[in-house]
This record gives sequence, structure tokens and C-alpha cells, in this order.
Amino acid sequence: MDVKILGSGCAKCNRLEAATRTAIDELGLTAEIVHVTDPGQIASWGVMSTPALVIDDEVVLVGRVANAPEIAKLLARA
Amino acid sequence: MNTDAPTRAPAEKAGPRLWVPLVGATVVWFVLYQVNLPFWDWLLYDVIGLDQATRLGEAIHFFCYDVTKIAQLLTGVIFAVTVLRSFMSVERTRALLGGRREGAGNVAAASLGVITPVCSCSAVPVFIGFVAAGVPLGVTLSFLIASPLVNEVAIVLLFGLFGWQVAALYIAAGLSIAIVAGFVLGRLHLEGWVEPFVFETTLRGKPIDPSEGLSWDDRIAMGREEVATILHKIWPYLLVGVGLGAAIHGWMPADWFAAHATGVFGVPIAVAVGVPLYSNAAGVMPLVEALHDKGLPMGTVLAFMMSVVALSLPEMILLRRVLTPKLIATFVGVVASGILAIGFLFNAIL
Repeated sequence: MDVKILGSGCAKCNRLEAATRTAIDELGLTAEIVHVTDPGQIASWGVMSTPALVIDDEVVLVGRVANAPEIAKLLARA
Repeated sequence: MNTDAPTRAPAEKAGPRLWVPLVGATVVWFVLYQVNLPFWDWLLYDVIGLDQATRLGEAIHFFCYDVTKIAQLLTGVIFAVTVLRSFMSVERTRALLGGRREGAGNVAAASLGVITPVCSCSAVPVFIGFVAAGVPLGVTLSFLIASPLVNEVAIVLLFGLFGWQVAALYIAAGLSIAIVAGFVLGRLHLEGWVEPFVFETTLRGKPIDPSEGLSWDDRIAMGREEVATILHKIWPYLLVGVGLGAAIHGWMPADWFAAHATGVFGVPIAVAVGVPLYSNAAGVMPLVEALHDKGLPMGTVLAFMMSVVALSLPEMILLRRVLTPKLIATFVGVVASGILAIGFLFNAIL
């Protein structure tokens, strides 16, 4: 599983990364989280409000921080 | 809506469980706002025994009263605005601006810039997202100028400190600058000064609209979170700003500016000082209030505030990723000229 956080390094982006890590650990998944900070790359996902969450090349969450249970659901669907 | 966000509950009806605490909090807010001044009068002058006639007494009173008042205004306003704005998103704004031409497009972009929630840290993805989706450069810039310039914090603080007329004037002035500056920059046809990769960016997939599929609980949680985030971020600016304001208030002779800064250079100096300064509306406002108290004319004061919030060095460094230095210089020049014009105009008519 391929998980990306799109964010410019803002506080919210780091909170989303932490919540995602918690969700991955709780589900017992092995997934690597990549934090994409390059604005050109972020924009190429069609994302304009950071932070955003990308799971297996699909944008699943944009513009807000979700909590670990919500992210776990998104991960389980992927 | 459910197909877009299957993991989220569809927006439920807001019940009494939701409204009772909200109404309660609103009442408490208004009561606290009303007792702020009498409370500090009582505590500082009656209980502690500071002398109202001394500079120190007056400065301490100004500091305590202003910090409380501004923190309270910010809390109320940021919460309300965030909840309202959760119905709007950059994605929706871009769709609305998609087919617009320059002119009407600049007006729409500036107005949408006021109501769309944009974090200053996402100026670059927004710029690329707009331009790559075919929104004209000038229209995109109108949006990016209006968004920080006419912000809710500035509007409400102006309303709280100077009354609705000044707040309305500020909105009109900010919108005019964003519309005209974006239009002028568009007419200059500076597309060649944008980093080429922006136009080569292809947008993958269908954009997700973050304003959809949220419940009232989510929106209220977002409001609370935003209040905490912003207060956490700005409290040093607020304390420094109010501290400076208090010092000016207590120690600078009354009408000092009226005697020394009535010339034509007041506005240019205000802008020249304001552009490199990096603060935010909450930090600048106490200064603005104190300076105006000492006789600095409203046009000069507003020009100072606009140049602080609209143009900042960190934002320019961010924009350097997508704009060439020539375009950034032109951008700063056009916006600063707009602010100068507004400052002179207000000084002339107020």
C-alpha cells in the first residue's frame, strides 16, 4: 500500500501524517508514508487545499485533518 | 453526496443537542464582551490602585483591555467564519471562475477571494491549480490578492475598534485593489514570466470538494480547531502589537502625528514600512488603533495595515516557486501602488 500526505509542511499537515500513522499501526498494515511538499507535485494531484491524503494514487481526503478512525476506514476501503 | 464520501455520515439535521450549547456560548460571549471595560477599570484602578492619570496606569489598562477584547473578537469571529466558510471551498471557487473572462472574472475572483477559505500556506498549489485549469493569470492574481487583504479578522477588528463605516470602507478599498491590480497585471500579459512548469502541469483525477459531505458536528469541530490554531499562531504577534500600542498610547504625546505627519509623505512611508513587515491583522490592529489615536490620519493607517497583511516577504518567497522575480516585483509594485492610491484617497475624503 502506498500512502502519501500532500502538504506544505504546515502544522495541520503534520497532524494528518500522525493520525495516518496511528491508523496504519492500528490496522496492522505495512505501508510507507511519503510526505510530498513540492507545490508543483501537490498541484498535479489536482489538490489546492492542503493537507490531502493519497492512498494508492487516489486522492481520498482534501483540505482538512481527519482523525485516525476515519482514516482507518479510508485505508480499509483501498 | 453519499457516493463521494461513503465513509462519512450524510449531513444530519442540526438538533437541540447542537444549538443549545451554541446559543449558550453566544450569550456568554456577549456578556463577557460588555463587562470587559468595567472589569479592568475596577481591577486596575479600584482594586490594585493604579492611577488613571499616569502614563503607566493608562498603558497597563490599554494592554489588558485590548488583549482581552481582541482575543475575544478573534475567538467569536474565527469560529463563526470558519463554520460558514466550511460550505465554500477553493475547488468550488475554481469551478465558478473557470469560464470567466477578464473584467467580470476579476470582480468575481476578488469577491470569492473574500469568502473562500484559503490557508496562506497553499497559495502556490492554488496558483498552479487555477492557472493549469485555464483560469486567466490576472483573474487568478485578483483572487490571491483579495484573499489575505480582505480577511475576516481584519474586517471584524476594524468593526470592533473603529465602527462599521471604517470596516465597510476597508472592504470596498481591498476589493478595488484586488480587482484593479489583477486586471492591470492581466492586461500586461505576463504569462511569459510565470515558471513554465505551471502551464505544463496536468491535473490528475477528479477534484474532491472538501466542503461536501460534512455534518454540523464536523463543521463545528472545524471552527473550534481553527480558533485554537489561529490563536496559537498569532498570540506572540498580538502581545507584541498590543504592547507597542500600549507604549504609544501611554508615552507618545497626543496628536504627535497630527503635528508631524500631515504631509504627503505619510502614506508612502506607511507603505514602505508596512510591506517588509510580517505580521497579521491581529498583530497590526492594536498598533493601528494607537497610531490613529495619536492623530495619524485614517488613510495612512489603513494603507499601513493593508501593506502589512497583503504583501509579505515569506509569501513572496513561496510564490518564487511559480513566478519569476520580474513578475513578483511587478506584482508588489502594482499592489503597493493600489494601496498608496487608496491611502491618499481616504486621507483626502475623510
